[in-house]
Formats: sequence, structure tokens, C-alpha cells
Amino acid sequence: MTKIIFYLFALILVFAASRVITVRNPVHAALFLVLAFFSSAAVWLLLHAEFLAIALVLVYVGAVMVLFLFVVMMLDINIARTREGFTRYLPVGSFVGVLILVEMVLVVGAWKTDESATLSTVTAPNTESLGNLLYTVYLYPFEIAAAILLVAMVAAIALTMRTKRQTKAQRPEQQVRVRREDRVRLVNMPAEPRD
Amino acid sequence: MDTTFTFAMADLGVLAPEILLLTMASLILVIDVYLPERMREFTFQLSQSTLIGAALLVFATYPTQSEVVMSGMYVNDAMGAVLKLFISLIVFMSFIYARSYLRARDLYKGEFFVLGLFATLGMFVMVSAHNLLMVYLGLELLSLSLYAMVAMHRDSANATEAAMKYFVLGALASGMLLYGMSILYGLTNSLDLSEILTAMQADSEQKMVMVFALVFIVIGLAFKLGAVPFHMWIPDVYQGAPTPVTLFISSAPKLAAFAIVMRLLVDGMAPLQDSWSGMLIILSVLSMIIGNVVAIAQTNLKRMLAYSTISHVGFLLLGVLTGTQSGYAASMFYTIVYTLMSMGGFAVILLLSRAGFEAEELDDLKGLYDRNSWYAAIMAILMLSMAGVPPMLGFWAKWAVLNQIVSAGLLWLAIVAVVFSVVGAFYYLRVLKLMYFDKPEDNTPIEAPLDMRLALSANGLAILALGLLPTPLMTLCFSVMGLS
Repeated sequence: MTKIIFYLFALILVFAASRVITVRNPVHAALFLVLAFFSSAAVWLLLHAEFLAIALVLVYVGAVMVLFLFVVMMLDINIARTREGFTRYLPVGSFVGVLILVEMVLVVGAWKTDESATLSTVTAPNTESLGNLLYTVYLYPFEIAAAILLVAMVAAIALTMRTKRQTKAQRPEQQVRVRREDRVRLVNMPAEPRD
Repeated sequence: MDTTFTFAMADLGVLAPEILLLTMASLILVIDVYLPERMREFTFQLSQSTLIGAALLVFATYPTQSEVVMSGMYVNDAMGAVLKLFISLIVFMSFIYARSYLRARDLYKGEFFVLGLFATLGMFVMVSAHNLLMVYLGLELLSLSLYAMVAMHRDSANATEAAMKYFVLGALASGMLLYGMSILYGLTNSLDLSEILTAMQADSEQKMVMVFALVFIVIGLAFKLGAVPFHMWIPDVYQGAPTPVTLFISSAPKLAAFAIVMRLLVDGMAPLQDSWSGMLIILSVLSMIIGNVVAIAQTNLKRMLAYSTISHVGFLLLGVLTGTQSGYAASMFYTIVYTLMSMGGFAVILLLSRAGFEAEELDDLKGLYDRNSWYAAIMAILMLSMAGVPPMLGFWAKWAVLNQIVSAGLLWLAIVAVVFSVVGAFYYLRVLKLMYFDKPEDNTPIEAPLDMRLALSANGLAILALGLLPTPLMTLCFSVMGLS
């Protein structure tokens, strides 16, 4: 049963991932990426890595991809222009691609699976063990990391927020008290001869 | 890493200074939002009392012997405690100096103090780090706060440019450091500094790869310290940042940088001492040469002090590279002395600046003696001390370091150091000449609030007084390194 589910999600994953780079519409590509994330999250769930799966869905699907979609929809990307350099960059691109492929084959080929670390040894749910570590042994770095995020937030606000002087607001009480003299000015001008 | 965790209240007691800083910084952040503009003083007072409180707590938890708590993340030792006391003192002083300058430029905001306190927390974390993770997190907390502080003067193009340069080069340095750390982790299978040390002592076959990791770590540290050839950011950032921020960057973080040099190279990688000594010799000699020679050509006072910082960094590395406890003590003494002098130097620039006027050119010091003889005297003390003229404190710092270098058998290095200190003396003495023998071009009276005048006078007099009686501070530095 697990095998069937695995192959189902793996197929969807491969399909979605290949669609990401083949569809013409960037919005569709982003949506296929979301699908790819979902299916890989499902594969992770099968591996008992439920924390990783949840984090992937929450962080990537929930936040990063939504942001990405915003960007894609807001920017008007000219697809024709981005395709122009395809043949020109093909030699370099394929060289880098082949290089990465060879490296990956070498690394994965040399991989020795550690028999002692199979799935059967996993007892506690990994969210629980992760939480246990994070709030005990790694408590101190965890708190400092939180402080770093706070500093990043303070810095971002301090550097971008413009107060009073820059913000424009309406004042209805002054708007209703406006008089004719404030808006209209009658100017006497000498008549100009028509030519 | 011990994975069995026992939660002890005693552990938290040791962490009290950091806990206080974090709590108060967050609290001040919230309080400051609700304060009206005229109550900004309250933020300042709260920040200052936090620093005093942190210093008192450091004093209260002063360790009788080195202890490692929080599952090996945090080490509380005498060196860390003394450095933390000086960090609190220097941040305290720099807040006092910063106040009138910030107020005159509409920069007097709560964020300056909040970010300053977070930077202080970052320094504390770095000082007592006993794990690569903590070294990195502390460094990032400090650097992020500093980037934001440099950029705080948003309407100034110089400050923005400086912040950008600082940010990009700082990120590069962090990347280097992280790269070295990850190689080290791959080799030793641990982030804990004492476990890395044991793994290194046990395994001498992988020395080549370990030196590879070491190179990246030393480059990262050199970037953060500002040693040549990784010094490019220092002059631009020092010149571009608002002067109170320059004062802040140039002083306390150097103490923290010294601490992580000690933690990483000595606590973690002592078996590779012969390798890192060589690297530090190159950094140190280049820093002394470039720093002192290029400073001569500067007309901007902040830039000149930036190059002077580079040369001082070269000097403080001299003590570390000897690889002896007394050498480390001499370096620590040098670092503390340097921060006191650098703080004073930038404080004089702050004193001479006023609304709409930055006294950052050397010519702005012209005739300072005629305008105000007392501040001219203070500046003279600071400059003579930086040049290393006896009986100022700076002389004893140079003496202590050179002494260690000579007894480590590196006589040529000591000669290079002395020769370039003499070259450096030129531009320090030029400041004296400008102050005492030139006519003032600008006769605006020098005005400053009482606390700033008191702080600056105390700073200058301390350099003189500690120079006349250098023994207590020097003994302190030697005793925290386990020497009597």
C-alpha cells in the first residue's frame, strides 16, 4: 500500500516538476511548483519526516510561493524577450548542467547507506524529538536566533517607515470649512487683440 | 555535545546578564513606541540603567573558575567576564557621547538605543560562546544591529552607501566564516569548541584539511577585525556612518572580535597554532604597514582614525600570534586600551560637531587650543597615547605586546612594529600641531551638555592616569589568562 502511494506521489512530483519548466504561463509554472511541493511533502510523510513535511507546506506553499505568485502577477514579464538568448547560452548552460549531473552521479554513487539507521529505529515522532532538542539543548541558540529576527524586524521598520511628515492624510474638518476665496481667484487681465 | 539535558536553575543564574539585556531591550522597544517625543530621555535612561544592571550582574556572576553551562553552549570564565565589563562600560559611554549629536540631527530615536542594546547582547554572546553556533549567532546579532545603525541616517547618501558596503562585505565575511565552520564540523563531527579541540589533538592525519578550514575561519575573523587585506570596508564605513555610530563600531565590537579570535583559535584550534600564527603574522605586518602609511595621506579625521584602527588591529594580533598565555593577556590589554582611546578620539569629533556642521576634517581641529585649551589637552593626550608616547596608556599597551613578541623570539616582527609605530606617530603629531600652532578658522564656542563634558574629561584623564599607573589593568589582564 505504501509503495502504491509513494509511486503515485512520486509520479505527480516528477510530472509537476517538469511542467514547471515547460509551461509558458509563469502563473501556471508557479502553481505547478506548489503541486510539486505538496507531493514531495507527501513523500516525506511516508518517510516519517512529518515535521519536514508540515514545514514545507507551511513555509514554502503557505508563504514563499504565495509571495512569489504576487511578484509574478505584479511584474509584467515579457516571455518572448527572456527566450531570446536561448541558443546563445545553450553551450554554457548545457556544460554547467552536465557538470552538475556528473557531480550528482558521483556523489550519489559513492553514497553508502548506513544499515543501522533504517526506518525501524525511528521511535519517537520527529516533531517531538526536534521540539525536545530545540527547547532543551539548543534553548540558548534558539533564543538568540529569535533576537536576531527581532533585530531584523526593528531594522526593517526603522529604515523604511516614514512618519508624519511624509504620510498624506485627509482632514475632513478642514475640508468642509473651505470657502470660495480659498479655491477661486479672479484675475483681471487686459484683453488681448486677436490676430 | 551532551544530548541528555538537565535543566538547572544555576545555569540560568550564570546567564543573568544576557537575560537582563534581552528582556530590557525588548521592553524598551515597546515602551519607546508609546513615549511622546519629549520623553525620549526616558529611553536613554532606561538603556543606561540596563547597561549598569548588566555590568553588575556580570560582576555578581564573576566565576572563580571557568565553567561551561547550557549543554556546552556558554562558557563563563574570567576573560569573558572582564571583557563584558569593559563592553558595558564602553557602550554606556558611547550612549552618553551620542546624545547631543543625535538630537541636533533629528536622529534621537529609541531605535538607536534598542539596536545598541541588541548589539551589546550580541557581543556578550560572542564573548562567552563555547560553540560554533553561538559564535556565529552572536556575530550576526551584533552585525545586523550595526548595519541598521549605520543606515539610520536615511537621508544621507554617504551613510546609505556605507551601510550597503558594510552589509555586503559583512555578509561575505560571515559566509567565509561559515564555510570554514562547516568544514570543521565535517572533520570533527562537532560544533562544540572543546570537542573540536579533542578531535584535533587525537587526529593529526587530517591536519591538511583542518588548515584548509582554518584559512576560511581566519579570513572571516580578519574581515570582522578589519585586518589588511580584508580592511576595505573600514575607511568607508567609518567615514560614512553618523559619528556616534562610528564611535560605537570602532570601540566595543573590537573587544568582542578579540574574544571570538580567542575562542575559535585558542579554545578550539590550539593544535594548529603553528599554522594560524603564520597567517596572523602576515595579517599583522600588512595591517601595520598599510594602516600607518595610508593614514598619513588622509585629510578626513574619521578616515584617518579608521586607518589608525587598522594599524592598531595589526598590533593587537601580535600578542595573539605568540600562542602563549602571556601573549594573549598582552593582546587583551592592548584591545581594551585601544577601545578606550578610539572612543575618546571619536568623542572629540562629536564634541566639535554641532547642528548642521560635521567637524570631520583635520582642518576643523585647527587652533583648538585657542578655542578651548582643556579639550585640546584631552585630544593631545589621546593622540599621544595612540602614538604610543610614554607615559600615556597606549605606550604600555605597545610595550606589553612588543615584550611578548620579543620573548617569543620574533625580534624582526618587533622591529617592524616599532618602525611603523614611528611612521604612525607622524599623523598623530600632526593633529597636535594643528591644534596648538595653527590659528583657528572657526570661532564658534564649543558647547556640550555636562554629562558629555564630564565623560570626555574622565576618558582623557583615565588614559593619562592609567598610563601613570598601568599595573592594575595589566595585572587584571594577566590574571584572567591564568597568570599571576
